[in-house]
Amino acid sequence: MNILTLIFWTSLLGAAVIFCLKPDAQRSIKRVAATTGLICLFLSLVAFLGYDLRMGGMQFLLKRPWIPQLGISLHVGADGISLPLVLLTGFILYTGVLISYNVNDRPKEFFCLFLILVTGVFGVFVSMDLFLLFVFYELAVLPMYLLIGVWGSTRKEYGAMKLTLYLLVGSALVFIGMLALYFASGLNTFDLIALSQVDFPLPFQKTVFPLLFIGFAVLGGLWPLHTWSPVGHVAAPTSVSMLHAGVLMKLGAYSCFRVAVMLLPEGARFWLPAIAVLATVNIVYGAMVAMVQRDFKFVIGYSSVSHMGFVLLGLASMDTVGVSGAVLQMFSHGIMTGLFFAIVGRMVYDRTHTRDLEELGGLSKPLPFAGFAFIMGGLASMGLPGLSGFIAELQILIGVWNRYPLLAALTGLGIVVTAAYILRVLHKVFYGQMSTKIHHFEPITPLEKLAGIILIVNLVLIGLFPSVMVTMIYVSVAPLIRGLFG
Amino acid sequence: MMLILSFLTEIILLSAIFSLLAVDLFFLRKKEDVLRLRLIGTLAALSAVAAAFPLLLNSSQKFYALSGMWVLDPLVIFAKLAILVITFVTILLSMETPYTPHISEYFALILSAALGMLFLVSAEELLMIFVALELLSVSLYLLTAFHYRVERSSEGAVKYFLFGALSSSFLYFGLSYLIGLSGTTNLSLIGEYLRSLPHITSEPLLWVSAAFILVGLGFKLAVVPFHLWAPDAYEGAPTPVAAYISTGSKLASFFILIKILFVAFEPVAGSPLHTAFVSGWQPLLAIIACFSMTFGNLVAMAQKNLKRLLAYSSIAHAGYILVGVVAATQLGISSVLYYLAIYAFTNLGAFGVIVAVSSKTGGDDIGDFAGLGRRSPLLAFFMILFILSLAGIPPLAGFFGKFYLFLSAVGRDTEQYGLMWLVVVGVVNSAVSLYYYLKILKQIYMIEPTDPSPIRASRPVVFALLLAALFVAGLGIYPTPLLTRLDILISYLPPIP
Amino acid sequence: MDFPILSLMHLFPLLAGLCYLFLPSDNKPLLRWGAFGITLIPFLFSFSLLKHFNSQNPGFQFVEKMPWIPAIRVEYFLGVDGLSLTMVFLTTLLVPLAVLASFSIEKNIKTYMFLFLLLETGTLGVFLALNFFHFFLFWEMGLIPMFFLIKIWGSEDRDAAAFKFFLYTLFGSVMMLLAFQVLFLATKTFDFTELVILSRSGLLKVSLLFWAKRVGLPFTPEVMTTIAFFLISVAFAIKVPIWPFHTWLPDAHTQAPTAGSMILAGLLLKMGVYGFLRISLPLFPDVVRTFAPFLAILALASILFGAFAAMAQTDLKRMIAYSSVNHMGYCMLGIFAVSASGGLEAKASALNGVLLQMFNHGITSAALFFMVGVLYDRAHTRDLSRFGGLRKIMPIFAGLMGISAFSSLGLPGLNGFVSEFLIFRGSFSLMTPLTLLATIGLLVTAIYLLSMLQLLFHGPLGEYASFSDVTGREIAVAAPLIFFMFFVGIHPSPLIELTNEAVVHLLKVFS
Repeated sequence: MNILTLIFWTSLLGAAVIFCLKPDAQRSIKRVAATTGLICLFLSLVAFLGYDLRMGGMQFLLKRPWIPQLGISLHVGADGISLPLVLLTGFILYTGVLISYNVNDRPKEFFCLFLILVTGVFGVFVSMDLFLLFVFYELAVLPMYLLIGVWGSTRKEYGAMKLTLYLLVGSALVFIGMLALYFASGLNTFDLIALSQVDFPLPFQKTVFPLLFIGFAVLGGLWPLHTWSPVGHVAAPTSVSMLHAGVLMKLGAYSCFRVAVMLLPEGARFWLPAIAVLATVNIVYGAMVAMVQRDFKFVIGYSSVSHMGFVLLGLASMDTVGVSGAVLQMFSHGIMTGLFFAIVGRMVYDRTHTRDLEELGGLSKPLPFAGFAFIMGGLASMGLPGLSGFIAELQILIGVWNRYPLLAALTGLGIVVTAAYILRVLHKVFYGQMSTKIHHFEPITPLEKLAGIILIVNLVLIGLFPSVMVTMIYVSVAPLIRGLFG
Repeated sequence: MMLILSFLTEIILLSAIFSLLAVDLFFLRKKEDVLRLRLIGTLAALSAVAAAFPLLLNSSQKFYALSGMWVLDPLVIFAKLAILVITFVTILLSMETPYTPHISEYFALILSAALGMLFLVSAEELLMIFVALELLSVSLYLLTAFHYRVERSSEGAVKYFLFGALSSSFLYFGLSYLIGLSGTTNLSLIGEYLRSLPHITSEPLLWVSAAFILVGLGFKLAVVPFHLWAPDAYEGAPTPVAAYISTGSKLASFFILIKILFVAFEPVAGSPLHTAFVSGWQPLLAIIACFSMTFGNLVAMAQKNLKRLLAYSSIAHAGYILVGVVAATQLGISSVLYYLAIYAFTNLGAFGVIVAVSSKTGGDDIGDFAGLGRRSPLLAFFMILFILSLAGIPPLAGFFGKFYLFLSAVGRDTEQYGLMWLVVVGVVNSAVSLYYYLKILKQIYMIEPTDPSPIRASRPVVFALLLAALFVAGLGIYPTPLLTRLDILISYLPPIP
Repeated sequence: MDFPILSLMHLFPLLAGLCYLFLPSDNKPLLRWGAFGITLIPFLFSFSLLKHFNSQNPGFQFVEKMPWIPAIRVEYFLGVDGLSLTMVFLTTLLVPLAVLASFSIEKNIKTYMFLFLLLETGTLGVFLALNFFHFFLFWEMGLIPMFFLIKIWGSEDRDAAAFKFFLYTLFGSVMMLLAFQVLFLATKTFDFTELVILSRSGLLKVSLLFWAKRVGLPFTPEVMTTIAFFLISVAFAIKVPIWPFHTWLPDAHTQAPTAGSMILAGLLLKMGVYGFLRISLPLFPDVVRTFAPFLAILALASILFGAFAAMAQTDLKRMIAYSSVNHMGYCMLGIFAVSASGGLEAKASALNGVLLQMFNHGITSAALFFMVGVLYDRAHTRDLSRFGGLRKIMPIFAGLMGISAFSSLGLPGLNGFVSEFLIFRGSFSLMTPLTLLATIGLLVTAIYLLSMLQLLFHGPLGEYASFSDVTGREIAVAAPLIFFMFFVGIHPSPLIELTNEAVVHLLKVFS
């Protein structure tokens, strides 16, 4: 059995098992979800560690015909770009389930959809067939609508609808690009590996690249198409925000690279400078907007926009180090933002029932763990060395300097503003004056602590020993970039 | 022997019609409505199943009877099987609530409509087509009016009838010109005749007849601008009948449209590519497809009644299907057939849920579905499945269907992507359509019900829904067997470029 | 040397600190003495360093080097030379004293002490690291504990002060980071030693030129190095701080808890000067030379501005804070003076003076801040005008404070005199007019420190008549500092010997 397919079948199986359980069997539903999460995490760790660094390239390949008439196959594989993301998904899945242990409204539907969503995410990261990738991609987006709309808060229906429509308009662009690719290759195949060896004519590349890239980049939160993201984050229930910002946005960025850049390198060369400018706007604008928010979750939502700017900028650098950095940033930001949303949604909001920065305050005393976790996440977010964000942003900027020195210099502004808004929130929420309205909450539960600690350990581990992941990413990215951009 | 075998299906249905009426008349007059509904419905359903068996016995040869008026080949058999399954499901759905005391008549009419469809798909001759279409249409007019306690039912039926009659006369008019012009009623002979014309473009009568035929069929397919009857008829008709109109009738009409266009009118196809535009039916249909998709989707957004919404959505879907027709390649036809099949099941399913819900809530406005997720998780789950399939979300069949349609359209011209414009319109439309499909989901899951009492669907309906759901999910995840089959079936059409 | 003494020394507080976190929170004596005990270990290590350090060798000693992140050629690279050794020693000396000075802290002792341990690791890391990545890691690591020390244990306006401190420093760090990224791209290394070699051979410029060409920047290598120099130096200038980047400092010092101010003034400011010596100067000697007059004027502005501003303060802590600006200005003057043309001996004198001044100011300012803290603990005010006649009731305190103040104003026989003398001696021949102007600073310093002493200790007893004199613990904190004031003041040659070789080696860039 191929380990990659095993991962997504496991989560799907988990969803199926929950589907068959009785709606009022809450404990067993949650237990099944947690077990599924743990198994998936374990399997993704196995895959991650099982990657042969000396061999490099795509591994764990499996190809089975699926719709042979159209050259569609069930083709999976993973390299150093996908495996960190698979691992990330494993972590966010498990901690997300732990964090949502307090969902008591229709938990059956919740965890079922949650696991389906995760199946889609796992699927995208391991798909080596464009059609398969697209199917998983949409599978990951759609449950979002219900998860936000039913279990969310603050303008949930609006947020859910906006998110879904934006993302599906994006995937409509991808859809058209995908069909164009299929016929232009003349190979009667959707196989990504086969397609990446085709030399598409230049005008074609220039036309189709923006379709594919922008289509996926909507999910990646590219400015000015990012507006769905903060709204969606704010509306979503905690664990869904975690998945959404932690993994789903990475899905967009990952697909941008895996599909748009890798298949159409000439188009990329033509368009990526423009994309880089937009990504820089992401970084700076996202950070500045985060600075002036009143809602705790909006701050984190915009910070995701800002950080995804780094990912996209790294991808746009067309440089081995830059792209490696982008991949690492995806992992790092995924963990970090997962932590943030766990704090905002579960640890703070579920206890205080407000996210208004003016009302919150002084929480470091009643909830010291939340304060500590926020500080760790915040420091990673600022790109302080010793935590994972730094090494990722360092690599990205090294890559970007080579292509767009001016933009690289501008990102400095983003980093400073990031520090400013993190400090602002830290002060307003965890220090400062507590509103009199809020008092008496239960302490952080062991499950929440476990989730938080798992994520923090990741931040520190990757921060201090980035080679664990960087080497693998580098081994995979280097030959790709050399092949694509010389 | 072959002859009888080839007609056996129709014979079974015909006798079933009469026996239903007889059984009701002689044995069940005094019984309760619910019992009659169950008994007669079961009989009707069984006869639909029984009618399917002879089809399976036919060989894979192309078989002509009645001097070419009657054709039976695997493709036709496929269509007939699909029609019988649709009829079967419709009958199951009809067993939820009695719409009328005239129970045997109701089922008899459903079977006679089925008979009309069966004849239609077997026809390769203009008169036969016309007769079959009339049999189908008249049965459906009557069925639409069967919801006798509801005023809208008669209103819808009258509208349906008036528009239908008008369209029939257009069709008749067009067909008669064509017969007069070519001197034959046989589709392939007409095709040959047209091919032999030296200056085909300078035949005004031919154009008039082609236009009239398209108008006539356009009414049957309910494409813009010939769609006006559909929302009222859907809303007024008993829900299973609305389902039947939007699936069975549509399938049969599209089937015959393809035959007429590709067998008879192949020489005046024209080209819809923006790079090489040639007038003919293809560009015309391309424009109709464009309008159908756009108009259908836009108007559907504003609907409050779920059946009206589905009516507009089915107008839009007819537009999508036309994209495949316009693609006019092997792939295109295959995608049209695939889409027709899965669309039928999806729509049947969606209407089926409406049947189950409105029998309890008494209405079929979107608001009546509020909180269905709490009231009946099972029905809600089915509804999600069908709605998302209609919206074209993977891995459901609707997604692959659309994908296949658009893929074939792009594949029409792989050099310059001349049909890309139509695909772009289609893709944008399907993104837009998501808005109103999601609105339904929102009602089901996010709005709290005013009346939280649970809804339980009857067994036949659940069985029908399960069947539809299996098709929708199964054909979405693994469409290969059907595609393989379709590849073989296409070869029974005249060669398509 | 096989024994990884440097790693042990600088990671010990962190690792021990992690274990420390598991101590019971309610046992206050254990927490206090535990932290003190932990900080003593690095102090012992640094003694052993002093003992084994070969002062004749200008290069790095006790070097530890191993790969860390091969993908971007980052290495774990530690070493110590004359430039860093005195700083390492100062760090390991000051941190235990700061911990000892914090025994009066009651609020959340465990976190407080842990932050100090973190701070020690961070500071030592900065002084020991020889790879930019490594350096930067600890550079930023020092920032965070200080931020929280101010934010949680500071006085009234602590939030704004902490915020300002953090953002200023981070802004500088980001600039430095950006510059080093460019340097890395041009040279493919983060290694300070390699960068210095490249700089000496002129290859640094060449590779920067190549990089600029490749990227399409229309800059000459001179412009490139200038930009890089200023980006990097902004970080250090903020930390030192040089006028006009100093505005965060008075606030941070005023609001920080006593021990925080001790470390901030004693160590964190030194990181800036050290950065100039370790990075800016050896990597960009040409740029420093070109801009030396301009930079020296900034240093002069720091000296004068710091002195005059200190004179205008009524808040004791603010006064000491501004005096730090003034004293660090001397260091910067010395550093920029050596780039002017002149004799090697004068230059060596100036630079040795700078290093010594760093050490001395560390000792003296820590002592002064501690004294102010002692006073604050009793009076809960720092307003100079409210004190008076304290000599009568606090004679020992008056003595300690007097010695520290005299050390600060440069009385011969105490440490401040030696280093300032060396700096002035060197810079006088190199930059005569500026040096002359800088002496005004000495004068003003003398004025405000003396008037401070007068206000505090003489005249009629103010509203605070019932103060007890310093406790034994407070004397224990002050005693080592006072000892070093005298020791360096009377017998500075051991320290100068330690630094001299490294200084001469460094000065080769200007020959």
